[in-house]
Amino acid sequence: MSTLDPASESSGITADLFATPERKELRATVRKFTEREVVPHLDDWERAGELPRDLHRAAAKVGLLGIGFAEEVGGSGGDLLDSVVMTEEIIQAGGSSGLVAGLFTHGIALPHIVDAGDPGLVDRFVRPTLAGDLIGALAITEPDGGSDVAALRTTAVRDGDDYVVNGTKTFITSGARADFVTTAVRTGGPGYGGVSLLVVDRGIEVVRRLEKMGWHCSDTAELSFVDTRVPAANLVGPENGGFALVMRQFQVERITMAVEAYATAQRCLDLTLAYVRTRETFGKPLVKRQLVSHKLVEMAQRTELARTYTREVAAMIADGRECVAQVCFAKNAAVAACDFVVDEAVQLHGGFGYLRDAEVERHYRDARILGIGGGTTEVMAELAARRLGYTS
Amino acid sequence: MNIVVLVKQVPDTWSERKLTDADHTLDRESADAVLDEINERAVEEALLLKEAHGGEVTVIAMGPGRATDAIRKALSMGADKAVHVSDDALHGSDVIATAKVLAKAIGTVEGFDLVIAGNEATDGRAGAIPAILAEILGLPQVTQLRKVTVEGTTVKGERETEEGVAHLEASLPAIVSVTEKINEPRYPSFKGIMAAKKKPVTTLTVADLGVDAGEVGLGGAWSGVIEASPKPPRSAGQRIDDEGVGGSKIAEYLVGQKLI
Ligand SMILES: Cc1cc2nc3c(=O)[nH]c(=O)nc-3n(C[C@H](O)[C@H](O)[C@H](O)COP(=O)(O)OP(=O)(O)OC[C@H]3O[C@@H](n4cnc5c(N)ncnc54)[C@H](O)[C@@H]3O)c2cc1C
Ligand SMILES: Cc1cc2nc3c(=O)[nH]c(=O)nc-3n(C[C@H](O)[C@H](O)[C@H](O)COP(=O)(O)OP(=O)(O)OC[C@H]3O[C@@H](n4cnc5c(N)ncnc54)[C@H](O)[C@@H]3O)c2cc1C
Repeated sequence: MSTLDPASESSGITADLFATPERKELRATVRKFTEREVVPHLDDWERAGELPRDLHRAAAKVGLLGIGFAEEVGGSGGDLLDSVVMTEEIIQAGGSSGLVAGLFTHGIALPHIVDAGDPGLVDRFVRPTLAGDLIGALAITEPDGGSDVAALRTTAVRDGDDYVVNGTKTFITSGARADFVTTAVRTGGPGYGGVSLLVVDRGIEVVRRLEKMGWHCSDTAELSFVDTRVPAANLVGPENGGFALVMRQFQVERITMAVEAYATAQRCLDLTLAYVRTRETFGKPLVKRQLVSHKLVEMAQRTELARTYTREVAAMIADGRECVAQVCFAKNAAVAACDFVVDEAVQLHGGFGYLRDAEVERHYRDARILGIGGGTTEVMAELAARRLGYTS
Repeated sequence: MNIVVLVKQVPDTWSERKLTDADHTLDRESADAVLDEINERAVEEALLLKEAHGGEVTVIAMGPGRATDAIRKALSMGADKAVHVSDDALHGSDVIATAKVLAKAIGTVEGFDLVIAGNEATDGRAGAIPAILAEILGLPQVTQLRKVTVEGTTVKGERETEEGVAHLEASLPAIVSVTEKINEPRYPSFKGIMAAKKKPVTTLTVADLGVDAGEVGLGGAWSGVIEASPKPPRSAGQRIDDEGVGGSKIAEYLVGQKLI
């Protein structure tokens, strides 16, 4: 069936980058994968509170887990734009941002390891994860604070050939299933200069699974480390050099969340359009009401603007251009578009929109995290202000 | 084992399919073009045989420029190379002309052991190309198969019909056609998609194949479409309210339609 997504047919200049013959083919593969392997099971996974490991293996088999990772480290090649296409299509074909978060957690857990380039760590963690055999997580946030990364308190103290780790991490995506956790720890003095990244692959204690508003199929955990001994070889990059690694990867994480936002909006628009065309009130389909059709236009307009700008910034990142402020704009704009669209989508579905049976109900709950995770809307604004020199 | 798969690009069954007013050939602009699903299955079967016996899979398509999309799909799935026969002279070709051209194109593939086609294209629906090809090439045909195996130099197959299942075999080289029951086609992996870019596609014209342009195309067709009109919209149907005798009213209606 041809896709409802007008974007795949739109012929903007940036859009053309996302519609090369290979990317069209990738979109078709992702759509099939989602329709076959995801959609029939998503409700069960939402109830179970996590994704099965088999799904990771299935996604690895078609090369989806490895997109954006070089073949030398076990990836499938491709770049950020290929990842954008994949993320868009998973959601637009009936998946969800929660599914993306749980299935592609390695997208935030592995890049630092790949960046640092230690072949031992690549063999132990990157390859098996991209093959779907291991699950990784990224642990930065702590109960005492998430936005202020430089203030983190989990410590790692060198003792012979090991680090001894103590501390608590919370809100960790895939934390309950994780075989290893790329963990931000304090190895030095206060502030960002004392932060390192360490792969903790043993002694990960799941304090509890956290129950959430949305993203139900993505397990989220509070983790604790008590005198956990980790080999010093698990250090990622230089000691006390972790902060820069974390910040660099935030760019990709944030643009990906922007993609999740506008793709969720697009999906909700598609679902709503189908609904208002068939739902009749007072003898006419809803779509025949000017109020409704103009509302749809506003949903489409905000979605399209978010998509076009976010894709442009993704292309800038892929091209290696400096665009920290633009990433902040993209995330905040896409989240705002998504918030508007999911709300209107539920509204236009009427009472049905409030029921668990309605797909838009799930997107409505899932969407709320997008302005909080990966840097809150406020933190994005603050970062952009500093970048642009709007502070004095 | 060297396998040739015949793949056709067809208008997507889900999009509106029309004939042009000018010459009653397919209006290619009006519909999305896709690799015929039956041919995805044919490619899948070739790949399975290759995985079991080794060798090479070549896809052949006859069609206009944009048939490269269908070819790319087959290459992304894992076929090794392709032959694309593309020539304006082919516009409006009938079944016989199509078969003549495909036969010549198959001849360019050195040492082929097996040709796999779909049993019937979703647009033309002649269901005749495999048989005509067998005739032209002088090869055995094993058609309408739901299962294919190769043992040594023999191809064996199961043909399912309303009468039952027939077990057929022929010696290689041979032509087989497969039905939609044959398998579930894989979808291209990301690596496959990227690798397809680098696989060889040979584009040939009618002249390259040594076919006389006068024998193909609308001019060379043995039959022609004189008139075409869209099928009339479905009428509203007749509603029967069940007031205890609904069953017999429906039976009456069906008798009236000579259906029972
Ligand atoms: C479902 C889910 C999954 C997550 N996954 C992960 C994960 O995998 N790994 C991980 O490390 N973390 C994860 N997080 C944590 C997430 O990144 C943090 O929640 C987020 O960074 C905000 O931090 P916080 O919750 O500590 O909020 P706080 O920092 O306490 O912020 C509270 C409020 O204050 C505002 N605020 C903070 N500072 C300022 C300021 N300077 N000026 C103005 N306003 C400010 C914030 O915008 C926010 O509105 C996840 C969270 C959730 C809910
Ligand atoms: C709109 C329209 C108008 C037509 N008008 C006429 C007409 O006026 N007169 C007339 O005689 N015929 C006409 N045809 C039939 C047309 O010529 C046939 O579609 C074509 O010749 C092949 O027949 P088929 O697709 O029905 O093949 P089938 O025998 O149904 O196909 C079986 C298999 O053969 C292979 N195959 C078929 N075609 C190709 C190809 N081009 N490249 C590679 N493999 C292929 C595929 O594996 C396919 O699955 C028309 C078709 C269409 C769609």
